[in-house]
Amino acid sequence: MTNEEIKDFIDNAIGENRVMLFLKGTPQQPACGFSARTAGTLNALDVKYAALDVLPDPRIREELTALSGWPTIPQLFVDGELIGGADIVAEMYETGELAEKLGAEQPAEPEAAVAQTTPERKAPPMQLENRLD
Amino acid sequence: MPSPSELKERIETALPGSTAQVDDLTGGGDHFRAEVVSDRFAGLSRIEQHRLVYDVFGDDVGGPIHALSIKTSTPPGGAA
Repeated sequence: MTNEEIKDFIDNAIGENRVMLFLKGTPQQPACGFSARTAGTLNALDVKYAALDVLPDPRIREELTALSGWPTIPQLFVDGELIGGADIVAEMYETGELAEKLGAEQPAEPEAAVAQTTPERKAPPMQLENRLD
Repeated sequence: MPSPSELKERIETALPGSTAQVDDLTGGGDHFRAEVVSDRFAGLSRIEQHRLVYDVFGDDVGGPIHALSIKTSTPPGGAA
């Protein structure tokens, strides 16, 4: 697979999925604490989102960062626009901005909701088939 | 291996007038948290604020600096 194909795949994933999360591992089995926190936040808001694991090929992360100008993982896109990484997503969740942006309902006790969320309880996120390796 | 004081100095040098508090989250010299206060952030979106801090370190983020958690704010009573 060429770098150009990887770039196109990422482009399409961002364009075709209203809520698109790039992370290390999967929402069910995140491979990094920051990715876990961000996936947990989306689960707590009960929104449907697509997720792509960047780990299978280092070029996924390279091309993603080249495209977004954002150096770290996770990266959350909504409506084709970079929202931010773990810190910004957490801040926007706490203020209710994220729920508003996603048209989701803010849980009554945001902190407790994130802590208690298990992926099984919620509608499973759609996983993009990873054809990048 | 980068140290919290090195990161602090780089941030405060690159963003004149800013103050940064940098902690090593794991003690391993590769996961850091930076709380940065600067009036440069006034009027910028969160994305733009965090980019200003990431830009200080360029390719070091993702390299020697495995993770950099950022919290940005403007000085209390400042130009925000």
